[in-house]
Amino acid sequence: MPTLTLASALNSGLRAVMEADPKVVVMGEDVGRLGGVFRVTDGLRERFGEERVIDTPLAESAIIGTAIGMAMRGFRPVCEIQFDGFVYPAFDQIVSNLAKLHYRSAGRVRMPVTIRIPVGGGIGAVEHHSESPEAYFCHTAGLKVVTCSNPTDAQVMIQQAVATDDPVIFLEPKRRYWEKEEVDPVDLSALAGDTATGAIPAARTPGPLFASRIARAGKDATLVGYGPMVRTCLDAALVAEAEDGRLLEVIDLRSLSPLDLDPVIESVRRTGRLVVVHEAPSNVSISAEVAARVTEQAFYSLEAPVLRVTGFDTPYPPSRLEEHYLPDVDRILDAVDRAFGY
Amino acid sequence: MATVTELMQLLTPSGRRVTAATERESAMEAHVADVDMADLLAMYTDMVIVRRLDEEATALQRQGELGLWAPLRGQEAAQVGSARALAPDDMAFPSYREHGVAYCRGVDPVAVLSLFRGVTHGGWDPTEHGFALYAIVVGSQTLHATGYAMGVSRDGGGCATIAYFGDGASSQGDVSEAFGWAAVFGAPVVFFCQNNQYAISEPTIRQSRVPLCQRAAGYGFPGVRVDGNDVLATLAATRWALARARAGEGPTLLEAVTYRMGAHTTADDPTRYRDSDEVASWAERDPLARLRAYLAAQGTLDGAAEAGIAARADEFAADLRRRCLALPDPAPLSMFDHVHVDESGHVAAERADLAELLAAEDDPPPTAPEPSPAVLPASSPRAVSSPSAAAPPSAASSPPPAAPSSPAPSPGSSAPGSPLAVGLVPAGRPVAAPPPQSPGPEASCPR
Ligand SMILES: Cc1ncc(C[n+]2csc(CCOP(=O)(O)OP(=O)(O)O)c2C)c(N)n1
Ligand SMILES: [Mg+2]
Repeated sequence: MPTLTLASALNSGLRAVMEADPKVVVMGEDVGRLGGVFRVTDGLRERFGEERVIDTPLAESAIIGTAIGMAMRGFRPVCEIQFDGFVYPAFDQIVSNLAKLHYRSAGRVRMPVTIRIPVGGGIGAVEHHSESPEAYFCHTAGLKVVTCSNPTDAQVMIQQAVATDDPVIFLEPKRRYWEKEEVDPVDLSALAGDTATGAIPAARTPGPLFASRIARAGKDATLVGYGPMVRTCLDAALVAEAEDGRLLEVIDLRSLSPLDLDPVIESVRRTGRLVVVHEAPSNVSISAEVAARVTEQAFYSLEAPVLRVTGFDTPYPPSRLEEHYLPDVDRILDAVDRAFGY
Repeated sequence: MATVTELMQLLTPSGRRVTAATERESAMEAHVADVDMADLLAMYTDMVIVRRLDEEATALQRQGELGLWAPLRGQEAAQVGSARALAPDDMAFPSYREHGVAYCRGVDPVAVLSLFRGVTHGGWDPTEHGFALYAIVVGSQTLHATGYAMGVSRDGGGCATIAYFGDGASSQGDVSEAFGWAAVFGAPVVFFCQNNQYAISEPTIRQSRVPLCQRAAGYGFPGVRVDGNDVLATLAATRWALARARAGEGPTLLEAVTYRMGAHTTADDPTRYRDSDEVASWAERDPLARLRAYLAAQGTLDGAAEAGIAARADEFAADLRRRCLALPDPAPLSMFDHVHVDESGHVAAERADLAELLAAEDDPPPTAPEPSPAVLPASSPRAVSSPSAAAPPSAASSPPPAAPSSPAPSPGSSAPGSPLAVGLVPAGRPVAAPPPQSPGPEASCPR
């Protein structure tokens, strides 16, 4: 099995889906000749040509606006937004048009558009390069929002996203781009016979796209994370076991909209304690939604309030402060301690 | 689709002084009739120092002292020529590569470095220097410049606004909208586009099929193409455009044709998208070399003078390095400052939470080490500049706020760093800082 970084796993998935479906086009700033600033689209232009791997002018609103038109013409655009902080110029096209066309047209117009966005901090970047914008998109009906946390998921999830007939915001944890893993590259189209159906063969994939997954089994408390924070949660679980003898269950949400909370509810019924972790600020966030729903559905199983470990409700700070802003093992274990203190 | 567009030039690449080729260019050239050899030498000195600043910052990034650097090499004349055209009361709206403009506006260069070191998002007072904060969101600042200029008109005019942006930015909706608004409202703004031939990997042809200066015509204001590696032509064109703005004649688009000699940023590898022949051909049009040749031919610059300037640049760089390394990391709790004017209880509560956590860490219970050192492999940018690795000396050693080491007097504007209308905050300008104690010197167009 080849060892792939998360970035090269995405590249492998994109290649597979482009081989399978000539209507898949990749578009964005510097995605062609350069192969993207994170090299996720490396070599695609050489393989599939400039008509399918489009170095666009520098205009995010236009990237999404023209992708909408191409989708109406039967294409499946995969748009790259270079950094999280630069998706906002495209926000109007995403929220007002992309998200609503299927609804407005009474189902006549589909928008199979994937928007890839590197997100999150932890790489010492300058301003606007470390944001976590997921809640804006989850708050918008009509969009689906997913995020991968490891190379194996990345390789398959990107194919599943492209095969989805609804618009998918595909968030890539940029601080994990260089993490490596042995990956058995899957070509979904070869397995399913048809990428457009989005059918997921169970055997060789991590499962359906819009589903959460238990990343580590445990029994004493539940940690819920996604994207870049899954690794941090797993690290915290290791420390908790070694130092406190606590077995923490870690759940990777993977899909942020729709949320797949059944595994979380089921886990909380067993553990009675839940800590939700993300880099985004807590105010009106994914963790707020998870806490509300778990409280609605598993109130009598809870031994403690649902606790949250998140970024703060400040703009993302200068990079020399990001280690204090980002949730880390210490802050997660502190929350776990508090959950046990009730 | 090649439309022939004249390129305003007053100094050829070999350093020969030429005269304007057209009537309009003659009108521009008239704006530098007062520029004497001493002025040119001062601008040459600016350019040498700015190049040295850029080299030092690049080196600091390589050594892990800055997280990133956006080099300006090749664009010194475009930046110094345009910035030296500005009057103290004028307001400049930069993108993120305008280190030369920052220098000419009297912004302490270490403040610019502090952004790239990751200790601040701001670094200087826009009001004090007539120099807005850097704009990383490409093109956004052109609208701010336009709105500022609309405000200037409403306050009775008298000064001008300049917006710096790139060839890539010209594709952004914000920039088109800024052109449209500035034209409709006759806003006193100069749109200064440094066409350095690339937006990261994409050549200008990916942004426009006509020379960028031609865009102005469609909005109803003049567009001028100027040799951005010719500091004198750039000074002339910018003074002309600023004069139009001050006279109430509305916006101008200047396209300064130049070249980004280095990488887009220190994170970029330009060998992936351009060949060395192209770079070499632009090296022959170097902005410093041509002015040096002209000054030498005129007997204004000899070996000794050149050595003197170089020594001054070295001193400047050494000082910059020393003060950059002495920049303290910000206090963790400072991240909660200035979120709002009136702080919300929620932010205050989060500050208290973190304070408690940090206090507990200082009171060392058994700490949980991050158990996977492989989380950030060597190839990640973080590995280049680990914020915790290079802990600078304590805040006690932080240097006094220094003016740039006395840049030469500039043609057309007073010395940089002068305390411009500090504290003159007329209605209409949002007050960001604590109220000033005393009004500054009277200015014709107070900020
Ligand atoms: C809205 C937005 N999109 C993308 C980026 C990422 N980015 C930073 S600089 C750049 C290229 C800008 O090119 P240009 O305007 O020509 O300026 P230059 O870098 O050449 O000075 C890009 C795409 C950004 N900063 N802002
Ligand atoms: Mg450019």
